[in-house]
Amino acid sequence: MIYDVVILGGGPAGLAAAAEAKKQGAENVLILERDRELGGILNQCIHNGFGLHTFNEELTGPEYAERHINEIVELGIPYLLNTMVLDMVEHGDLKVIHVINENDGYMAIESKAVILTMGCRERTSGAIGIPGYRPSGVFTAGTAQRFINMEGYMCGKEVVILGSGDIGLIMARRMTLEGAHVQAVCELMPYSNGLVRNIVQCLDDYDIPLKLSQTITFIHGKDRVEGVTIAKVDERLKAIPGTEEFIPCDTLLLSVGLIPENEITRHAGVEMDPRTSGSVVGELRQTSMPGVFACGNVVHVHDLVDFVSQEAVLAGKGAAKYLKGQLNADVDFTTVNGDGIGYVVPQKVAIKNVDDSVTFYMRVRQVFKDKVVNAYIGDTIIATKKEKKFLPAEMVNFKITKDILAEYPSGEIRFVVEEAKK
Amino acid sequence: MKKNMTCIVCPVGCQMTVEEKNDGTYDVTGNTCKRGPKYAVAEMTNPTRVVPTTVVIKNAMLPRLPVKTAQPIPKGQIFDAMAVINQVVVQAPVKTGDVVLKNLLGLGIDVVATRTMNKF
Repeated sequence: MIYDVVILGGGPAGLAAAAEAKKQGAENVLILERDRELGGILNQCIHNGFGLHTFNEELTGPEYAERHINEIVELGIPYLLNTMVLDMVEHGDLKVIHVINENDGYMAIESKAVILTMGCRERTSGAIGIPGYRPSGVFTAGTAQRFINMEGYMCGKEVVILGSGDIGLIMARRMTLEGAHVQAVCELMPYSNGLVRNIVQCLDDYDIPLKLSQTITFIHGKDRVEGVTIAKVDERLKAIPGTEEFIPCDTLLLSVGLIPENEITRHAGVEMDPRTSGSVVGELRQTSMPGVFACGNVVHVHDLVDFVSQEAVLAGKGAAKYLKGQLNADVDFTTVNGDGIGYVVPQKVAIKNVDDSVTFYMRVRQVFKDKVVNAYIGDTIIATKKEKKFLPAEMVNFKITKDILAEYPSGEIRFVVEEAKK
Repeated sequence: MKKNMTCIVCPVGCQMTVEEKNDGTYDVTGNTCKRGPKYAVAEMTNPTRVVPTTVVIKNAMLPRLPVKTAQPIPKGQIFDAMAVINQVVVQAPVKTGDVVLKNLLGLGIDVVATRTMNKF
């Protein structure tokens, strides 16, 4: 059997992409999931705050996941659990996905289109190289979250958290509620990488100090963590001698960044963007390989699942268009990140595939107040996005209508942070 | 009483100062829009939070079931609520929205399951 669309990953991106592809006419859709159930990371994110944009109510992660899983079941979309994708290769017009699981053993699944929704994984202690022994008690924040919320293991009593990403902030509150004492959250940068809402409701509510421009310089303890040395850092993020402080603790959680999980993408030869660590994508999330789409955290790390779902709808639409031979392969516009902007997604736009508008997702490199983001083609500002404040932690959604883009035959759209023009 | 707080109504995150006046009303400074004072006064007079946590579940694929308070509860009672919720043991199967604890702390608010878990 040749599938129409196979989706690599049954998290929020995969579920929404599969549903949309099916609704747009793709008949044989299959979701491959390596975990024992669908839903991905949402299953361990038991806190509320999901779905404000999508469902207009505040859901917990499992509730948000269940709505999407129910939709998959209602649409009759099959899925394979406990199934690991090993590789994806192009074979003529088809894509061959090599998978393995306990029931079926090894299989080569053929599909006309593929949507990559593998998500991301956490940066570990090895990736940031803190000196010290390797005692037990050092966890990534997400691992601790899974242990506590799903497996029922409490993983510490006296806790220090390095990094102020959202998962770290959420875990500061979660461990406090379960009786642990969270001594501090240390953040290398002079600003937090988490959402303001989370800093207030997870740290301020429980009087947990957020130590900005501070990092951990040593992990003490041989068998179990016995404490950490923290120090202030200078503008170049180097520890300042003489500012060291010892904090006794038995547990260290790391919330130091997420990395899109793109081994399959890279091995397949799909064009990558070093700024996002994800694939280069178009307005319908098409990659450089015809028939291969990507969406969600595997493309770029989002801060809200609602935006993941929105992006997944684009990829599902794109895959369905591709199957009908209606996906335009032109590249009319490319995007570039100018001053103050770290990356822009999508990197390419084919105007014929656009319905009404294109929403460009981007992140600023630092905190900006009273500035605007301008979109330029050549020397002309084609659109402006105003906010009172731009934060690296909050993805900028910059919508540009098709009417504006259609005034230009083609070109490079450059996004720049600038002073507001008076 | 004077209190500093960060507004979370929008992503700007204004640093506000709230001061209770003698007549029981509040003076809010530092906000840049009119939603700020409303949030600040609510935080001063009756701060509430939804509490998401887990309870023990037997005969399910996992040993923990995620739950939440069906309504926000007073912030000052969160730890009392946790102590009670942590005593709860349920049996699979459970459906999303099922009540696992009625009338938490006499508040008239139930604790409900936030996912479906089948018998395993």
